[in-house]
Amino acid sequence: MKQICDVLIVGAGPAGLCAASIFANTDVQVIVLERDPFLGGQLLKQTHMFFGSKEQYAGTRGFEIGTLLKEPILQAKNIRIFTNTVAAGFYPEDGFLLAIENDQELHRIYFKKILLATGASEKALSFENNDLPGIFGAGAVQTLMNMYGVAPGKEVIMVGSGNIGLIVSYQLMQAGISVKCIVEAAPVIGGYFVHAAKVRRLQIPIYTQTTVRKAFGTESLEGVELISLDAHWQEIAGSERYETCDTLCLAVGLSPLSELLSHFQCETQYVPELGGSVALRNQRMQCTHKDVFIAGDVAGIEEASSAMLEGMIAGVSIAEDLGIATPSHKSIKEESTQFLQAMRSGPIGDKIRSGLRKVEDSHV
Amino acid sequence: MRIEKHPILEFGEKKKVTFFLDGQRVTGYEGEPIAVALFEQGFKNISKSLVYHRPRGIFCCIGNCSSCLMKVNGVPNVRTCTKQLEEGMIVETQKRES
Amino acid sequence: MYKNTGYLSSQEYSSCMPDEERMNSGAVAIIECPEHIPCNPCQEACSRGAIQPFEKITDLPVIDFERCNGCGNCIAVCPGLAIYVLQKEYEPGFSLIKIPYEMLPIPQKGDRCDILSRDGSVIGQGLVERVQKYSFNLKGRVLWIKIPKELHREARNIRVVNE
Repeated sequence: MKQICDVLIVGAGPAGLCAASIFANTDVQVIVLERDPFLGGQLLKQTHMFFGSKEQYAGTRGFEIGTLLKEPILQAKNIRIFTNTVAAGFYPEDGFLLAIENDQELHRIYFKKILLATGASEKALSFENNDLPGIFGAGAVQTLMNMYGVAPGKEVIMVGSGNIGLIVSYQLMQAGISVKCIVEAAPVIGGYFVHAAKVRRLQIPIYTQTTVRKAFGTESLEGVELISLDAHWQEIAGSERYETCDTLCLAVGLSPLSELLSHFQCETQYVPELGGSVALRNQRMQCTHKDVFIAGDVAGIEEASSAMLEGMIAGVSIAEDLGIATPSHKSIKEESTQFLQAMRSGPIGDKIRSGLRKVEDSHV
Repeated sequence: MRIEKHPILEFGEKKKVTFFLDGQRVTGYEGEPIAVALFEQGFKNISKSLVYHRPRGIFCCIGNCSSCLMKVNGVPNVRTCTKQLEEGMIVETQKRES
Repeated sequence: MYKNTGYLSSQEYSSCMPDEERMNSGAVAIIECPEHIPCNPCQEACSRGAIQPFEKITDLPVIDFERCNGCGNCIAVCPGLAIYVLQKEYEPGFSLIKIPYEMLPIPQKGDRCDILSRDGSVIGQGLVERVQKYSFNLKGRVLWIKIPKELHREARNIRVVNE
């Protein structure tokens, strides 16, 4: 089916929903594509209270924020939402984006401006037998536990002590599932101290300079071999030890889902601080192709609050380019930009700022 | 194994449905992903790698990794980690002919 | 230190506590949040203005211990569960801690519990005095736990004892 709109938003996680909210109940025709059956993206799996400030829903639990963000979008008559719909590709000669609904119905979507808010995917870790059933990405563990109420296993070892590894370990304990330990290859714990402190108070040990060398099991995971690393990240021979577990959770980082950008010939660059290949952009979240905007983890792995703020900024930038931005829109954009800068200003923001310096250019 | 009690979340009443895995009758909740329903019933190994036929199961559970592909109602290579379960679905593990 | 271990050493947590004189004169809130993370709900939680207003969202929270009366309203607001209240002088030989709690089973008044220190060690036994609910954080609880006074600096969490 042929679809026509002014603004096409790919992804209905926090970034996409906040961008869509800019257009709710205006004359702008918006289509939102979401490959999941539901709206809210990763927010729906988060049971913990969010950080940030009250404007970014600090203190509210992630899944509640998801509900708050999607309501105005569902109510808006000018916003059409296609769930179970994957953006398959953009055809520049014909000028449409092909979307596939429910694995069968094809849509050719014509648009003026597009926002890619496609989020990120989990990285895997390389070790022997890393493909055994029972080895999951951290997001999968959250999906099973928090969205569907299914325990991923009985005895979990968590790999990675970034915020996701720490938070998911806490969530596993909340679900009544035992976390044997957290292993972290680096000499220091990667995530916020307050998250680490919570899991240490729950008696979960955190072994730094430790990684998984091999997994064991025939049909599914039965145990892993852990090994210690020295100051140069090299395995220390003789330090191998076997630990039983039926679940291994890999929380080793995320990679932006940037594939669609190449269809628009947007310039991209591989930036490790941002998680992978990301688009060059200006401070308006606009890419080198003037009609393409990005927001959220696809622009650089960060947090839900940054995704929401970037979504607002991108939404208003699009509104400006369509000539319909109001003074109220402009103050939303200014406030969001200031909040984003403030959030990224501390030592925790060093990595993001250093990554953004490589790809953020006012000349884009 | 279902999580019965949770300090934060409420899972609510869901409709139980029957479906088929390689001819065997299995149950799950309507609307949950097929792979999740199978996992809960103990079917962790739902697919095989292409060349070496290694056991595979859910990895990403969000449609990115291709570890969960099965044939559903005759359609091959369905991402069962996101495909919602319906009453009477016919789910088959895919035979790998290399 | 804490970046390697995930818990505060005794020197690190002592620097979050008020002086002995204040400790001896009533309940007081203690915030264990040593990093400049972008987070500020605590500053607005205190009705007595004891948590000093932030200039930047990444500022460290600072408590004016003289203004603080240990009411504990800030405990449930902190997304990092980093705030607790300590009343060193509660009953002869006993102190009281008020801690955030989001686990099952939720204990009841009168239940005994294991007392856990910051590194997860079991250091003694406590008694649940009260279980508080909040309208703004419906699922979380604040537990009031009576503990032997000698554990008042180390006690930081509980484990429900199954009887």
